[in-house]
Amino acid sequence: MFDPQPLLRLDALVAGHTRPVIGPVSLQLTRGEVLGLWGPNGTGKSTLLKAIGRSARVFSGCIERQPDAVLAHLDQQPVRLPAMPVTGRELLRAAGARSEVLETMLPDTLAPLLKRRIDRLSGGQYQLLWICSALATGADLVLLDEPTNNLDPANRAALIEILALERDRRGVLIVSHDHDFLERVCSRLLEARDTGLVEARANR
Amino acid sequence: MTDLLFDPLFHLPLLTGLLLAGLLPVLGALAMLRDEWLAALGLAHLASAGALLGQALGVPALIGATLGALGGGALKTFLSARGNIAYGFMILAGWSATLLIGANTALGEQLARALVEGQLYFAGIAELVAGLLLLALCIRTLPRLMQPMLRARFFPRYETANRLPVWRWHLGLDLLTAGGLAVGTLTLGLMGAFALVLVPAWIAFRLAPSWRWTLIGASLTGVIGYLLAFVAALELDQPFGPMLVGVLLGLALLVGSFERSRLTRPD
Repeated sequence: MFDPQPLLRLDALVAGHTRPVIGPVSLQLTRGEVLGLWGPNGTGKSTLLKAIGRSARVFSGCIERQPDAVLAHLDQQPVRLPAMPVTGRELLRAAGARSEVLETMLPDTLAPLLKRRIDRLSGGQYQLLWICSALATGADLVLLDEPTNNLDPANRAALIEILALERDRRGVLIVSHDHDFLERVCSRLLEARDTGLVEARANR
Repeated sequence: MTDLLFDPLFHLPLLTGLLLAGLLPVLGALAMLRDEWLAALGLAHLASAGALLGQALGVPALIGATLGALGGGALKTFLSARGNIAYGFMILAGWSATLLIGANTALGEQLARALVEGQLYFAGIAELVAGLLLLALCIRTLPRLMQPMLRARFFPRYETANRLPVWRWHLGLDLLTAGGLAVGTLTLGLMGAFALVLVPAWIAFRLAPSWRWTLIGASLTGVIGYLLAFVAALELDQPFGPMLVGVLLGLALLVGSFERSRLTRPD
């Protein structure tokens, strides 16, 4: 699916909460791209995702999203309640996951867990299911913050496979400290520094 | 014992109570998922205060209670008042108003006492119609609110990121809960209605294998608890509200013990 319009364009964006934390940042993301963002703590990577997801303050510059583009924005940790009497399948349905996608997208390790309550899954299983739920919704732009947190090597490998599926349908922006993971899944890699973002690896 | 259930004198209260005993736990499960179960106690107090204020002004208690609770529910949505502090203030305001209005009006004290104790046996056709109306509203709106509510709970950034009018379904759920608590408080008493919101949902959250069964299980628990309390209160000549709360707490204790023994049992 070729789409010449960028899904997302940041122009000299300065964002933060009570004060600016990151910027000025300029970048653009097109459909089919997986853009990775890494760098030391405190450089405002998560704040940048929140600004794109309309949860942080924009001090100057602008964010242009493709009109009608649907966003999925996942934080570092999935929501955990004291009791969650919701099955994996119900979680996927709540996210708006398309059933035809589920057949192909779910890794073999997760499929048998769909009938179990999500509070009876391990942290890694739940995290992977949570990310799958967002990817299976058909969102045009997916923002993932530290998606490999809690994942063991098998689940991490499953996530790499999932991100490669239906890649042309969406654009993905991933913040992570897991450099090896970003190298494997991203088409472009940016490094956050105090001065802003620098290209760490060009288009692949 | 079953004679009491089929006594024509108690048909109307029994039916009204059964309806609410099936419905309030479903609203309770939704409130618990949103972590807003304490709001139900606040709304029950506001319904109670509204009923008394209505009566003091010559308005039927049912209308006063409904307006009191709906007003609280709407205010809660528009002020984005969430969390224990906000609900604590609702409880205090409702409690204070209930007792002050009760102490200063002719029939108020009697009604205030009835609301605290639970006056199920006096439930009439107005309460039954209100309950049926509430049931119809729930059947119409809950299936549509369920998916956005679950999504907002587990994917909290989705609505903000996509600029969805989240207040609409928050308001919808708040008003349904408020309506349920208003009718419930007038029919089953303040604490009886609150117990039906809290306890069956608490039990179902522990035992149910899925969200669907949580709703079904909470509703069934409410109905079973209600029937047991109805018969016990009549047989033992006890006030209904405290009996209902006692029976539900007993069921919760049983489930808690079962859960503890299951967790400590060696594999």
